[in-house]
Amino acid sequence: MKINWFKYASPTAFYPLAGRLVPVLFGASLVLILFSLYWGFFETPDRLGGTNPQKEYYRIIFIHVPSAWMSMWLYLVLAAWAAIGLVFNTRLSFMMANAVAPTGAIFTFIALWTGAFWGRPSWGTYWDWDPRLTSELILFFLYIGYIALHSAIDDVRRADRASALLAIVGLVMLPVIFWSINCPDPNQCAALHQRSSLSDIESNILTAMLTMTLAFWIYSFAAAFARLRSIILTREGDSTWVRGVLEREASA
Amino acid sequence: MLKVFTCILTRDLTLALRRRTDVLTTLFFFVIVVSLFPLGVGSEREMLRELGPGVVWVAALLASMLALERLFAADFDDGTLEQMLLTGQPLSLLVLAKVIAHWLLTGLPLVIVAPLVAMQYHLDPAAVWIMMASLLVGTPILSLLGAIGAALTLGLRGGGILLSLLILPLYIPVLVYGSGAVSVSMIEIADTVPYFYLLGAFLLMALLFAPLASAAALRISTE
Repeated sequence: MKINWFKYASPTAFYPLAGRLVPVLFGASLVLILFSLYWGFFETPDRLGGTNPQKEYYRIIFIHVPSAWMSMWLYLVLAAWAAIGLVFNTRLSFMMANAVAPTGAIFTFIALWTGAFWGRPSWGTYWDWDPRLTSELILFFLYIGYIALHSAIDDVRRADRASALLAIVGLVMLPVIFWSINCPDPNQCAALHQRSSLSDIESNILTAMLTMTLAFWIYSFAAAFARLRSIILTREGDSTWVRGVLEREASA
Repeated sequence: MLKVFTCILTRDLTLALRRRTDVLTTLFFFVIVVSLFPLGVGSEREMLRELGPGVVWVAALLASMLALERLFAADFDDGTLEQMLLTGQPLSLLVLAKVIAHWLLTGLPLVIVAPLVAMQYHLDPAAVWIMMASLLVGTPILSLLGAIGAALTLGLRGGGILLSLLILPLYIPVLVYGSGAVSVSMIEIADTVPYFYLLGAFLLMALLFAPLASAAALRISTE
């Protein structure tokens, strides 16, 4: 049997598939979010850490860390779709990159926002010019730059290609952001924000955190697909199949 | 190939020297921004010495960005750019020549005038040398990276403000290590060499990749 790998690369084929997937993905992410919130609130210890324990407020970790991970991962996804679009000149890849960008920006913002709320009780300040905080802020600017450039250009084809190039150029900042969190040697990078310490975390906390990450990941798929459907409808508005879809939905 | 390179370089330099205001505007913008800070934050000697490196670098960043808009705009308007795209010569080489001409006209004057503004901030002679050196290595990176943004926003409404949104995040590492080198040079035991290694690495990477990216951006913007 020969598999047609490019079947869903066409907006016509992908539109109904995304339509079927969106409710399933939204449902799955909601279930997982509720589960990990329950686990995070009721099955985890009251304190975090040994010598200088953090009290109840450490539970921000269940939102903060997963959204920080997603913010970086989604930029990679965005740049990958942008690169695929530039290389293969496929319409759907650019649309995908476009659909991912707002979700990524939102997660970056959530990571910064929850970080500020976490910083206040534990460090006594909402913001500090620490490399980890600053690099996350740069990531936010990169997302905003991508979205701004795309919406500033009227011609869709040029907008797609120009912002795709920008996304790829912005990729040079991603290692900086990644290694500012996962600094290999603590002596080399003095910072307020602690290093990534997944290996010595309590197992219940890890369960809740990883479930939340999975939930956010599935949510990103759902949100991107939902956005993708509207982008497809807007851009392919002149084609007969879109008119067919709209008529069917109007009569239903 | 070298002939084309020098041809574009001399052409851009000649054009700019016939219209000196453009070059001088950037330079005076830099001097004015730097001079405004002591008026705003107060003229205490110690504080100015601390603020100096950062202020000079941020002003250099803004000045070089202000000039970026003109990098391709004039050639785009009169159709020269289209002819350059149509020649058989590698576009990235032409872009590199234009960027170097742009740096000679907007980056190098900042390096030369740096000691003057450093005096306003009471920097030591040693720190002034470090500042000139860091600007000398750093400003070409700004021009190279900025060329990508200028090419992407070519001919757009409100391109200038968009350009700053796209390019300033990418300027941050240069700003951090450029002003970092000057700040560190005022501490006696500290070593500025690592900062220059990093700036040099940025410059080499930018020299290698930025002309290619700008050329790709120009093709996208003009098709």
